[in-house]
Amino acid sequence: MSDATGNGESNRGWWLLLAGGLALFGVIAWGIAQIGPSDPPAATESDPTAAPATGTDQGGAHIAATLFFGSPDGQALVPLQRDVPLGSSAVEQGQLILTAQLREEAPAPYISVIPPGTTLRAFYVTDRGDAFVDLSREVVDGHPGGSQHELLTVYALVNVITSNLPAARRVQILVDGTEVDTIAGHVDLRRPLASDPSLVRED
Amino acid sequence: MRSWGVVRVLTSLVVLLLLLLPASPRAQDAVQDPPLTLVTSDGRQTVPTTRVDGHELVALDDVRRLFGVTVREDALAGGVTVSYQGRTIVASADRPMASVNGRIVTLPSPVVRDGGRWLVPVEFLSGALAAIYDRRIDFRRDARLILLGNVSIPRVSARIDRSGPPTRASIDITPTAGVTVTHEPGRMLLRIDAAEIDPALPPDGSGLIDAIALGNRPNVVVVVLSPATEGRATVTTVNQTTTRVLIDVAPVATAAVPVGPAATPPRAAPATPPPFPPATAPALSAAAAGLGAGPSRAWQTIAIDAGHGGYDRGVQGPGGLEEGQVTLDVARRLRSLFETRLGLRVLLTRDSDLSLTLDERAAVANNGRASMLLSLHANGSSSRAQAGAEIFYFRPDRESEQLARTSLAGAVSLPTFAGGLRTIDLIPWELAQVRHLDESAVLAGVLREELQRHVPMSRQPLRQAPMRLLSSVNMPAALVEMAYLTNPGQEAQFGSDEFKDAMALALFDAVVRFRAWSEQPRTP
Repeated sequence: MSDATGNGESNRGWWLLLAGGLALFGVIAWGIAQIGPSDPPAATESDPTAAPATGTDQGGAHIAATLFFGSPDGQALVPLQRDVPLGSSAVEQGQLILTAQLREEAPAPYISVIPPGTTLRAFYVTDRGDAFVDLSREVVDGHPGGSQHELLTVYALVNVITSNLPAARRVQILVDGTEVDTIAGHVDLRRPLASDPSLVRED
Repeated sequence: MRSWGVVRVLTSLVVLLLLLLPASPRAQDAVQDPPLTLVTSDGRQTVPTTRVDGHELVALDDVRRLFGVTVREDALAGGVTVSYQGRTIVASADRPMASVNGRIVTLPSPVVRDGGRWLVPVEFLSGALAAIYDRRIDFRRDARLILLGNVSIPRVSARIDRSGPPTRASIDITPTAGVTVTHEPGRMLLRIDAAEIDPALPPDGSGLIDAIALGNRPNVVVVVLSPATEGRATVTTVNQTTTRVLIDVAPVATAAVPVGPAATPPRAAPATPPPFPPATAPALSAAAAGLGAGPSRAWQTIAIDAGHGGYDRGVQGPGGLEEGQVTLDVARRLRSLFETRLGLRVLLTRDSDLSLTLDERAAVANNGRASMLLSLHANGSSSRAQAGAEIFYFRPDRESEQLARTSLAGAVSLPTFAGGLRTIDLIPWELAQVRHLDESAVLAGVLREELQRHVPMSRQPLRQAPMRLLSSVNMPAALVEMAYLTNPGQEAQFGSDEFKDAMALALFDAVVRFRAWSEQPRTP
């Protein structure tokens, strides 16, 4: 019996030691997990780089984004700075900038290069830096046509992304969720396009 | 025994814990990138980088050392401030953005605090630091260079256009820079007038070119030739920003096989030839031909594409005139000129109000083995004031050029009915135009010169752009926007035979000049 009792006490001791080891392991593993990336903390007014939860609930936080409009002679894109709500991520920031590009009326004397009524259906960026801009059908149906105007339409969208989002290096334009050959029969949209600075003119 | 067993269990837990450590997402990648090089007018310095979670980062301590900025950590706010001459950047750990003078700049990856070090994405230099710095900061990722201030490093991109023989390679230098070409046994040296260059060179050779690589000096490109071949270089100016060196390599005739180094003495590149054939002298000298060696063949067929048509009305003028109508009208007039004056076979992609896809139009020209394609269009704009003709030729993106280089090297041998084998080059349909870019540039230039003699031109009449139709055309090709149909005055012009005849005649004259240049025999 005494042997049996002694063995029982010894077993309890070892089991306690094992439980303590597991607890220690759990604490250390939890600590490691905390070191890794985590969701950004909530925005605070004192931290200018803090991002709010959504792009529409900003409490007035904005960024200065570069939008593109047609030059008065229709030969180039002119960059203009506009305030755009601050997004909580690069993707959301891209959505907000694109929405501003699509909605903003061209101020005189510049001309609009995006067909009216065009809306953004989706936007995302791959790890390779290819951004996909999915537009509504109006970008095709409302386009006046012509190679030069189509170039300005396409590269206003490409440049507005690559100029404002460093994570995006090239842009592919989709219409109604699918790849298209062109918008108006001229400019090849089958591949992602890099920005074309030769079309940009500082007025 | 039992105590030994528990010790083994605990040891296993510790080992498991150690295995977990490198799996942490914050862990630095094992792959070490070569350092970046900061180039200033005073010299070069290396900029070490660290890769974290797949993103390349640079330490703010190095930024402070190299750029003379002040870096101050705010431990309470969990952020860091970079200052230069009263201007500041504020960044926080784990945020892919920074506040630059109060404006947000997004970054491709989060800012990292790693122990006592602050690490920022390398794009921070050109995206954020450049905004507060007093000198230009230009980050060239592919070349791993950071250019500070007014340092000019030409981008030198090379491609092999044609495997041949003769093999044709193009080397573009942007912005323009002087080039000295030296011929040595088995290779050609291109010495560019710059301290160094930003190279984009093909990974492999093709045809009679074994390799195009950087030389021992940072401003020298070496073209390695196959044995028993001879190379010829022609330096041209493509436009105001780009110098192009065309390399043509052909087998050396048996009687002329060089023996020893003395057989190929160094020689300078020929003077820059005019890029376009002159209007007054259709017969050109070989030196003035512009594009060097290449087999010439007599033209028999040309293709004319009447843009749009059918359900695709194209641009519609304020008076109701449609692009599909006017392009077909001018195409028919042009066909008549070629058939009656030159006896050429003319393929119209459409001869009625017909809907065709862009690939179907390219197929008409490719399958008909045309020597040239003109695609006719009428322009449109939301501004009615725009007017004038414009000419476009194809511009591939870098990825397409790379694909074309590797594809053009491929060929298959197929059996023929008469016995034996016939070698056929395989070209991806959507990249067919890449091998004709030089000729298309000449065609576009001649079109501009002839059109401006006859019809109004826009302010920027010549453009290179990724045009969908032209990409698939396996011949020299250009797209002509004849006038702005959305301009009421130009729409009225399209209604007159006089304007359409003048347009057709200008196009005809340009093609005649281009044909004369194209058929000119040129020796390697």
